[in-house]
Amino acid sequence: MDDNGFEVNELIKRFGRTTAVGGVTLAAPRGRVLGLLGPNGAGKTTVVRVLATLLRPDAGEVRVAGIDVRRDPGRARRRIALSGQHTSVDDELSGRSNLVMIGRLLDLGRRDARRRADELLSRFGLDDAADRPVATYSGGMRRRLDLAAALVGRPEVVFLDEPSVGLDPGGREELWQMIRGLARDGVTVLLTTQYLEEADALADEITVLDHGRVIASGTPADLKREVGGHTIALRPADAADLDRAAAIVARVTGREPDRSRRHGLVAPVAGDAEFFEITARLHGSGIDVGELAFRLPSLDEVFLSLTGAPATDTEEAA
Amino acid sequence: MTTTFPRTTGPRRLATLRHSAVLARRSLAKTTRNPGPVVNGVVTPALFMVLFLYLFGRPVAGTTADYLQYLFPGILVMGAGLAGMISTGSAINLDLKNGVTDRFRSLPISRTAPLLGSVMADILRYTVAVAVLFGLGALLGFRVRGGVLDALGAAGLAILFGFCLSWVTVYIGVLVKSADAVLAVGFVAFLPLQLGSSLAAPIETLPGWLRAWADVNPVTHVMDACRALLNGTAPAGSVGLTLLWSAALFAVFCPLAVRAYGRQE
Repeated sequence: MDDNGFEVNELIKRFGRTTAVGGVTLAAPRGRVLGLLGPNGAGKTTVVRVLATLLRPDAGEVRVAGIDVRRDPGRARRRIALSGQHTSVDDELSGRSNLVMIGRLLDLGRRDARRRADELLSRFGLDDAADRPVATYSGGMRRRLDLAAALVGRPEVVFLDEPSVGLDPGGREELWQMIRGLARDGVTVLLTTQYLEEADALADEITVLDHGRVIASGTPADLKREVGGHTIALRPADAADLDRAAAIVARVTGREPDRSRRHGLVAPVAGDAEFFEITARLHGSGIDVGELAFRLPSLDEVFLSLTGAPATDTEEAA
Repeated sequence: MTTTFPRTTGPRRLATLRHSAVLARRSLAKTTRNPGPVVNGVVTPALFMVLFLYLFGRPVAGTTADYLQYLFPGILVMGAGLAGMISTGSAINLDLKNGVTDRFRSLPISRTAPLLGSVMADILRYTVAVAVLFGLGALLGFRVRGGVLDALGAAGLAILFGFCLSWVTVYIGVLVKSADAVLAVGFVAFLPLQLGSSLAAPIETLPGWLRAWADVNPVTHVMDACRALLNGTAPAGSVGLTLLWSAALFAVFCPLAVRAYGRQE
């Protein structure tokens, strides 16, 4: 039990008549990153707010760092930190004052609070901007400061609710580095996101939510495997060989390959035996290969096939 | 992996006060960077003072000097009340909207500390507003005719009432959707509360309907009390009524605000 950074069992949360979360179960071992993936309104934020002691669950068991958040929210708050969808730092104050203030609220002495703020400012590359009002920061800097503010109390579990919303690619890459750094330090992270790329890049495990229910979970690779078989993608070195290559693929897989991609072929294959058969026959026919891939569907394809299913309608009625 | 977190071991009971003080400092730091609301809390009553003085001074009291002795105490009360009517409620509302409150509530601090901190900072803001208004009044020729203690008492009453009144705006700030709405409610309440009182003229001289309102308006009592103390006349029951109203406002709206804030989901 205590090996989990956080765990949620059969969580139910209703707002009036709407069931925001209808029986969600998820957990992450200590030091791991769990990605919570889902479209807007899937219930991601509600799960985070319950874990962060901001909402009381209607039913279900919720533990962070082994502490029951319903029974002992005060103790849980000493072990967790939240960085929400909005950056919750004060525009009018400097980056340093923001962090020192959080330290003081966490009962650090004046000197300790300053030292901790300095540590975090340099770790998050904010030394130069430390004494400027946050209002002058770029979006990426604000996000980093917000994350730094979450870390002042050395939390064991960190909840990041859509942390990269509104960041440009550069800012997002920097933030990802910081999040990877957290996991390396042994912090358990719950990351909600609508970006499949983000969950794929950061999470050890992914739970997919839709309409307040878990519709899939596993490692990114598991998910991809669960949803679809492998595909072969191939491009002959010489475009003149394309028809012969297509004929080989069709003979092995029993299906005409998709030729819509430029200069290449894509076809589903039933396991690696078919893949090896195709490569052997290509070789036997003396066709030189320019590109060849045996791949799982992208996470985007996974997501579409999971949430696009008509099953979601019955869940909504539940 | 998990380093023990160094903590200063202050007594647990004082923690809420200590955290509130940290948050009061935050509120004051924000005021120094963005002093608009507090400046408003001084400029608005000062404008009313100058306008009323030269518009009504002679017709009402014969001389502007005599009228200033009547008018100034009410202006003082307006200043203390106004600073809180506007700033606190909308600041708390903004915090709720932009996620700052979520951070505070996920910290191991009392859930009342942010409210208490904001109101504690208000007391300082009122004190500044009251001090500046005293200065302006003196420039225009206002003279304290009571003793020093009476004058301090008048300032204290104005600030106390402002403090208790600000819990009403804190409550509104927690309830309504936007900071603009807090301002709107504040301004709608401002006119009847501050002007529908004994501010500009003794209520005996007001027309019946207005007099009926001014009679029950608690602001009238506060202004009467300050006027009596500053002019060295007998305050009659007005000091007691001021204390009673302050206590009542506080007793009703402080728990309401704290409860609504704790429940915010």
